[in-house]
Amino acid sequence: MRMGDLAVEAEGLQKRYGQTHALRGVDLTVKSGTICGLLGPNGAGKTTMVRILTTLLTPDGGQARVAGYDVVREAEQVRYRIGLAGQQAAVDELLTGRANLEMVGRLYHLSGRAARQRAEELLERFDLVEAAGRIAKGYSGGMRRRLDLAASLVAAPPVLFLDEPTTGLDPRSRLGMWEIIRELVAGGTTVLLTTQYLEEADRLADRIVVIDTGQVIAAGTADELKTTVGGEQIDVVVRDPARLADATTALRRAGGEEPQVDAETRRLTISVTGGVAALTGVLRELDAAGIEADDLALRRPTLDEVFLRLTGHVPDQIAEGAREEEPALAGVR
Amino acid sequence: MSALQIPARPTAPFERLRWAIADSLTVTRRNLAHIRQVPEKLLDVTIQPVIFVLLFAYVFGSAIQVPGGGSYREFLLPGIFAQSITFLAITTAVGVANDMQKGIIDRFRSLPMARSAVLVGRTVADLTQSVLGLLVMSACGLVVGWRAHNGVLDTLAGFGVLLLFGFAMTWLGTFIGMSVRTPETANTIGFVVLFPVTFIANTFVPTQGMPTFLRLMAEWNPLSATVAACRQLFGNPGMAYTGDAWPLQHPVEASVGYSLILLAIFIPLSVLRYRTATTR
Ligand SMILES: Nc1ncnc2c1ncn2[C@@H]1O[C@H](COP(=O)(O)OP(=O)(O)OP(=O)(O)O)[C@@H](O)[C@H]1O
Ligand SMILES: [Mg+2]
Repeated sequence: MRMGDLAVEAEGLQKRYGQTHALRGVDLTVKSGTICGLLGPNGAGKTTMVRILTTLLTPDGGQARVAGYDVVREAEQVRYRIGLAGQQAAVDELLTGRANLEMVGRLYHLSGRAARQRAEELLERFDLVEAAGRIAKGYSGGMRRRLDLAASLVAAPPVLFLDEPTTGLDPRSRLGMWEIIRELVAGGTTVLLTTQYLEEADRLADRIVVIDTGQVIAAGTADELKTTVGGEQIDVVVRDPARLADATTALRRAGGEEPQVDAETRRLTISVTGGVAALTGVLRELDAAGIEADDLALRRPTLDEVFLRLTGHVPDQIAEGAREEEPALAGVR
Repeated sequence: MSALQIPARPTAPFERLRWAIADSLTVTRRNLAHIRQVPEKLLDVTIQPVIFVLLFAYVFGSAIQVPGGGSYREFLLPGIFAQSITFLAITTAVGVANDMQKGIIDRFRSLPMARSAVLVGRTVADLTQSVLGLLVMSACGLVVGWRAHNGVLDTLAGFGVLLLFGFAMTWLGTFIGMSVRTPETANTIGFVVLFPVTFIANTFVPTQGMPTFLRLMAEWNPLSATVAACRQLFGNPGMAYTGDAWPLQHPVEASVGYSLILLAIFIPLSVLRYRTATTR
């Protein structure tokens, strides 16, 4: 196999749909054996990206190699090495779960026996044995996703593309899906998954690529992204509302930056670098000014905040069409 | 998982063809399996033609004179066969448009299978269905008095001509299905195009009495050649008047020729569309 260090290498990918510029030159690399999370709000271009990398769409510009093969010129070689579980489950609704998997096996030219055997293995692994004889139309969302994933794994492909694998799943099914994905990667599979959920990218991905309106706006590990956006924050809740102004002065002395003040909750927030040392500094200043605190905490920004800083909006709010209205974090979790 | 061996795709042309056929059969099996889940799909090829046989036999049967004499019902049956075979294009068009809307098409397109297999599998499955339809109509025809008079070989040849024409119709339907956005549109377009085709022909009435313009259209209509070929091969009446049109004078050759031409046009066009299509 030609697959070296990189399972996916895309360079300057472009795609237009009429007037819509779905991708405006996206670069993306995924190291073999890792999970890359492609994170972005609705319409960012995630599905377009996945469809190009899985040979379903031809890019208008740029190039991409998957498992070492060009997705346009060597599409057939690519198809032998990938699995795809799309945003819309690619299963045949009028076939039973078992027949779906057997059909895929036959299309890989497994013998009838081998295809049946492989189907049974996968049904077992994805907890579908009981439902195997029923047609997929009657499956729940979670079962359908599992069947779809099973179908994409029939040939045990080295590179797997998962387009929003947990959208629409209840929390338990979502955890189950995460578990499955982790197992696959532990077994050596490379995974590119798209998601709108920051938490999912945070928990699952080795590396996160954030895209918005067809462009990469940030890339790195979850920690790196959090750091680039502004390190840590210290929250202080002052006991006596009358001392808020004094506390603000104290914090300004400790951190150098202008603290954010929320009078109603008596909360002050400053961005700091230096972690615990900064926290000690704040404590000392408060103490020196004789200010009592109800609560004092050092925390890293959430990916939600990272996303907000990067894009100027929070993904979940965009999903509900509230793009310009509320730049604050009020709506987040 | 350790024992899993995925065979590598062959490079020799003949072997590749064998694989393409195997892929098509896999898809055919899938389509036929659908019928078990949705048996209503068979109504098109069973109940509908039976109703046509009965309606035409009893309503028109008394009013229409077959040129050269003979029973109208014997004249009618080849027409009904051919009409029903023509409507196969609509079934296929709807099936293809449906397939293209469904998520499963992404699965097919991301697998290393033959590109043509999805379409070939659809047309072969639909053609298989229509064999059932022909059997039902023949039985119904036998009940109302239709017979094939020229022995087994000619009778089989007659059905062979029909099925070849049917195969051409499935590819016309595939092209329609690949050209529209929804199954409903496929249905409408198929019907609007094909319904007149089945009537401006020698299917239900002799062409002799038609106004010149219509008569010429009817006589050169590929469907008329197919109907005439069946009448000839089954030994049914209605062959006394053939007009000046070559296709009606040599109906078997003409029908086979028309079918091959239609296939030569619509197979490549459809496969090309499939290659470039994205799910809509
Ligand atoms: N077939 C198409 N025709 C026209 N425009 C399209 C088509 N597919 C996608 N688009 C547009 O391209 C842009 C990117 O779409 P894409 O589906 O890749 O986004 P996404 O990140 O997957 O969004 P979502 O989170 O909603 O799935 C969007 O503006 C979308 O409207
Ligand atoms: Mg999407």
